Amino acid sequence: MKLQKATTFALIAVLELAADPQAQPSVLEIAEKHGISAHHLAKVMRDLGRAGIVDAVRGVGGGYRFIGNPKRLTLMDIIDLFEPARPGRAANPGPEAAQALQRVLDEIDEHAAATFRSITLSTMLKLMRAPARA
Amino acid sequence: MTNHPAALHVRPAAPDDLPAIIALDREVTGLEKPEYWRDLYSRYGSRDDDRRCFLVAAIGGQVEGFVIGEVRAWEFGSPPCGWIFAIQVRPRCRLGGVGTRLFEAVRDRFRAAGVDRLRTMLARDNNVILSFFRSQGMMAGPFLELEMELDAQSGR
Repeated sequence: MKLQKATTFALIAVLELAADPQAQPSVLEIAEKHGISAHHLAKVMRDLGRAGIVDAVRGVGGGYRFIGNPKRLTLMDIIDLFEPARPGRAANPGPEAAQALQRVLDEIDEHAAATFRSITLSTMLKLMRAPARA
Repeated sequence: MTNHPAALHVRPAAPDDLPAIIALDREVTGLEKPEYWRDLYSRYGSRDDDRRCFLVAAIGGQVEGFVIGEVRAWEFGSPPCGWIFAIQVRPRCRLGGVGTRLFEAVRDRFRAAGVDRLRTMLARDNNVILSFFRSQGMMAGPFLELEMELDAQSGR
């Protein structure tokens, strides 16, 4: 499963905000911290706002804050907002080689989707605080 | 969700717990499997030690969850490690710390048995339990599970 740039930006921004729900950093602050496009991130943040995951705080010192439930919200919930709907396992009418390759790619995608579905933001925050495994 | 985690008691399963365990499993899975649970109890509950355990979590004397695990060695070339192969928490008690207490109890027993790795396997679409194990810090392990249909026609 290859994630689009907007999806990756959304995951980064949501994790950044969920790590400190009291903070309300601006789009520019988040973008600069992670070295990503502020223009692109601004659009992503609006989409996250419409989904009820973040809230825009107006005025001086305003920015965005996380308003979702980190114990319920999974990585897949966020990915689903930005990735186009994945086609089901419809029979591939192409040549045999393409069909066989598609079966393997489908298998990889199913593992990836299950992994994203099983990881909540709360789990990700623990992972962010834990030392990396060797 | 329980609001009384302090009242939670984790202990080895007893024969008298079996009806509650069977009922809890039926509540969660929709299937009643009394023989299966009696068999598991005879293999894991009646010989409780650090290498194999069948534990229940009770609140006010009522069984609200259980876990079963054992230390297995050299399956698929793996050095001894602790396996959790069943964990269940009553739906209304979830997110109240019952599963975590059961997990910690079985983990502590495996540590006492001298193993330093915990392993489990479950269906890819079992989001609730997958998310629970992830929340406890479990990650994908080094094994891949494979399967095939045994097709009588092709002789495979």
